[in-house]
Amino acid sequence: MSVKTPSKLEKILSEGHLAVTSEVGPPRGSDPEEVIEKANLIKDHVDVINVTDNQTSVTRMSSLAACIHIKQMGLEPMLQMVTRDKNRIALQSDILGAASFDIFNLLCLSGDHQSFGDNPKGQNVHDLDSMQLVQTVRMMRDEGKFLGGADIKRPPKLFVGAAANPFADPFEIRVPRLAKKIACGAEYIQTQCIYNLDKFEEWMKLACDRGLHEQTYILAGVTPLKSAGMAKFMKNRVPGMDVPDDVIKRMADTPKEKQAEEGINICIETIERLKSVEGVKGFHIMAIEWEEKVPGIVERAGLYPRPEID
Amino acid sequence: MIVADKKPVEEIIEYVQGCKKILVLGCNECVTVCEAGGKKEVGVLASALRMYFLNQGEDVKIDEVTLERQCDHEYLEEIRDVADEYDAIVSLACGVGVQFMAEKYHSVPIYPGVNTCFLGATEQRGLWTERCQACGNCMLAITGGICPVSRCAKRILNGPCGGSSNGKCEIDSNLDCAWQLIIDRLKALGRLEDYEKICSIKDWSTDRAGGPRKVVREDVQI
Repeated sequence: MSVKTPSKLEKILSEGHLAVTSEVGPPRGSDPEEVIEKANLIKDHVDVINVTDNQTSVTRMSSLAACIHIKQMGLEPMLQMVTRDKNRIALQSDILGAASFDIFNLLCLSGDHQSFGDNPKGQNVHDLDSMQLVQTVRMMRDEGKFLGGADIKRPPKLFVGAAANPFADPFEIRVPRLAKKIACGAEYIQTQCIYNLDKFEEWMKLACDRGLHEQTYILAGVTPLKSAGMAKFMKNRVPGMDVPDDVIKRMADTPKEKQAEEGINICIETIERLKSVEGVKGFHIMAIEWEEKVPGIVERAGLYPRPEID
Repeated sequence: MIVADKKPVEEIIEYVQGCKKILVLGCNECVTVCEAGGKKEVGVLASALRMYFLNQGEDVKIDEVTLERQCDHEYLEEIRDVADEYDAIVSLACGVGVQFMAEKYHSVPIYPGVNTCFLGATEQRGLWTERCQACGNCMLAITGGICPVSRCAKRILNGPCGGSSNGKCEIDSNLDCAWQLIIDRLKALGRLEDYEKICSIKDWSTDRAGGPRKVVREDVQI
């Protein structure tokens, strides 16, 4: 795949390196130091820093503003953008805003339903869905046009991605759904957190059978478990999450004070196993409010140092 | 049909405080079928109001009428001679009926007696569920006859999202995932390959977004 944007992530992937991304969740306040602190914890160990967009529908500092702080640190942010909160005018406007700060990575999502967050009585927008947002960004970038048809002066140069959840139902359309996202223009994919490796490998194999792994870069998502309680919560309460019983048992059988360490061990073992799975082009490490553990995970998983890119 | 649900009687009492003559006005159409605003519910609400005012020691006259429809000039005319006699009319019709009444009878306050909920169907007695959001641009032909606009919590046109689990929606484990239903239906029709067709960006100008809508049919106008 030829390089189309100045994105560092795109360069790393196109050169055949395993990419490493991680994320920063913006704060519930206006202090930029919280973003900067989190970014500093992971900056030397990841290629690109995802910035979540009002994740779980809880109101936070805007993803774009937090991305700008990270960009101004000389790092490479990835703007996550959900279609829940903005219509096509606001989405296109923010895409231009991001491009004006030379943000080069955009992840298109639909977003959790607002009933999970702190404003369950609010409206949701969903003027576009995540696939249509991918199409929109590609049109803005590749054709230099707004959805309304007018030309864009200095079109955005964004490496465009989408999410995939191999574990949601129905399983039979999970690969066709990936194919649709690719057809819409998704150049990379970050997956939901993987705990059920067998199922992920089955999904990956079906994707490879269709040649999808050659049409997009798939980054496997991992989240270290902090405790047996978190494992159970993820299994029972987080929509579309698949935490197998043997993972829960392994965490629960570990003494409480060693569970965090065990969670990190599981995460590293997961990365090690997935490295050899055909089609996996990198890892997206979502250490939720646990950013300080990312460097250790990256190092122990043999993904450090990160490649130098001009 | 338009599905409505009863408002709490306490809310209605607040609206009509101080009135001496009240008309409770039912509608014989949708709200009768969904048991929120038909003749039976008119009787129940009128009795509750009478009881309340009696307990308060207030002399309030409460009449009951149920019209064939409240969204039609012809039927609304039936109360033309008596409407002005009331201090308040509580309409148990949907929001359309309440507004049409208010447009027709200017001098009497019209209060809603129900909450208008959605366009839906009777699944079973006492259970009504949404089927349509009147987006004005029906796409059921491509979704196997199941509507993602009204039945997906995120109205995702290229679904399902990552929250679909065991056929249910992420927001409620009792709520069917619309996209699971669409996929099951496409499969039953032997059209699962249609799933991979990308649904393009929707024109929402025929939806609420385009402003108050009207249908003009010159061919049937008199």
